[in-house]
Amino acid sequence: MIFQDIVFYFFATVLIVSALGVITARNPVYSALLLVLSFVTCAGLWLLLEAEFLAITLVLVYVGAVMVLFLFVVMMLDINLDQLREGFWKWFPFGALLALVLVAEMTMVLMNGQFSLDQIPSPPAQAADYSNTKELGRLIYTEYVYAFELAAVLLLVAMVSAIALALRQRTDKRSPDPSKQVAVRSEDRLRIVSMPTEKKE
Amino acid sequence: MEYIQQLFVQIFGSEWGVMLFLVAKNVSLIFAIVMPLLIGVAYLTYAERKIIAAMQVRVGPNRVTFFGISWLRGWGQPIADAVKAMMKEIVIPTGANKFLFILAPIITIAPALAAWAVVPFSAEMVLADINAGLLYILAMTSLGVYGVILAGWASNSKYAFLGAMRSAAQVVSYELAMGFALVCVLMMSQSLNLGDIVKGQQGDSLLSWYFIPLFPMFLVYVISGVAETNRAPFDVAEGESEIVAGFHVDYSGMAFTVFFLAEYANMILIATLTSLMFLGGWLPPLNFELLTMIPGFIWLLLKIAFVLFCFLWFRATFPRYRYDQIMRLGWKVFIPITLVWIFVLGGIMQLPESTLELFPLNIWF
Repeated sequence: MIFQDIVFYFFATVLIVSALGVITARNPVYSALLLVLSFVTCAGLWLLLEAEFLAITLVLVYVGAVMVLFLFVVMMLDINLDQLREGFWKWFPFGALLALVLVAEMTMVLMNGQFSLDQIPSPPAQAADYSNTKELGRLIYTEYVYAFELAAVLLLVAMVSAIALALRQRTDKRSPDPSKQVAVRSEDRLRIVSMPTEKKE
Repeated sequence: MEYIQQLFVQIFGSEWGVMLFLVAKNVSLIFAIVMPLLIGVAYLTYAERKIIAAMQVRVGPNRVTFFGISWLRGWGQPIADAVKAMMKEIVIPTGANKFLFILAPIITIAPALAAWAVVPFSAEMVLADINAGLLYILAMTSLGVYGVILAGWASNSKYAFLGAMRSAAQVVSYELAMGFALVCVLMMSQSLNLGDIVKGQQGDSLLSWYFIPLFPMFLVYVISGVAETNRAPFDVAEGESEIVAGFHVDYSGMAFTVFFLAEYANMILIATLTSLMFLGGWLPPLNFELLTMIPGFIWLLLKIAFVLFCFLWFRATFPRYRYDQIMRLGWKVFIPITLVWIFVLGGIMQLPESTLELFPLNIWF
């Protein structure tokens, strides 16, 4: 057993345990935090596979931004666990069926020998100055540029429509407008009058 | 070094010996970075108190000294503060979530220290010379906000939670502007490696440093850095006039001190990154015999000190922003500026060579 194997098994164990924890933890905040942990360990595994760009992007995007907002929302929810568990047995057969279909589909794909070890040779080791980021960028912006732009447009549409759905124009609010505040001139607001001093009788 | 490696190989065998030697070497290097950093943090608090005192025509700490030496008065203050913090009791509120309450300060300080792994101190001095250094830094700085959110939630207090929410929203919004500013830097240098970014700024004088062609980005980065570290005038996460002390209102003793250390370590980190990416890192301001003789490390330290001084200066000068104005500045001012600048920069980079030579811009591209 070499050092890398130990690192791999350590990360793999942590990943599986934390992923199980995500669905078994009672406290939703713990669930979200365990999801963060599994993202970070997953990034560690990707680093072992020499995919440093993807690994760091996973931490940057999912852990650094998405999960922060997730946690943010989960912390503000007032979740009643008893209410959540009420319909558990009623919906259990449906959930079990879905899980079975999922397992069957994955078996069909993974077990048919297309992805077996002898079908896919291990990739050649890269030199130390090989830049993962540059290669990915070159592929994305040349060969897969249409797919990439399509995905970008899709995300943009989703973003704009989410904002459009949530936007609510209120007429009764009195929020300050900074650009108007900055544009205020003292002459408009302030009048300096010169008054003669009153004499004491 | 060779000899020690030989020793490890002899003791643990050829395979394990090399691995253990690497681990031991890296651990000692990490200590060599973290120890001076923590001392720097301690004396940054002292510098802050002294500088702000001078700006407000006060004296600042001037009592604690070493061994009664009178001209060192005040210099013992950080040590005394540290000892005091360690002696104090860590109070854990009854309603708090104990595990997360203890975990939060640790999560805050860990990324602040971990980010230093890829920071180059001179052309050769760097712990991990990785390709994606800039991305790593961004990822690490974005993790720090977890500590703040967890502290706010685990304290089970309204003030702490309000502080945590403010901080989360603020950090996530300013990270975008910061990231876009860094995209401009990497477009200029065409590398994500921090050492290569500094080498890309090599020129005859300080005119080739990136803060001139990317001046708007430089401003955006510094201001976002102040917001990212929750420093005044963006320190609404603490906001002592509104929400007592924000996310760390329930923390005491060493647990509070760890938050404090993390804030200052982050300040030093942002100052270091600013000097590496915009102010030429370890390069001297003029390619002059006298100036190039001074080691690069000293230049880097001087630049870091300058940026840190600006941080303290901001705190002494500006009143605290209103919360909606912070959000407006982040989303409606900084992000459009950075997006426009990315397009402009990309356009300039696509110009043919002959046009670039005609332009006065050609000293930069």
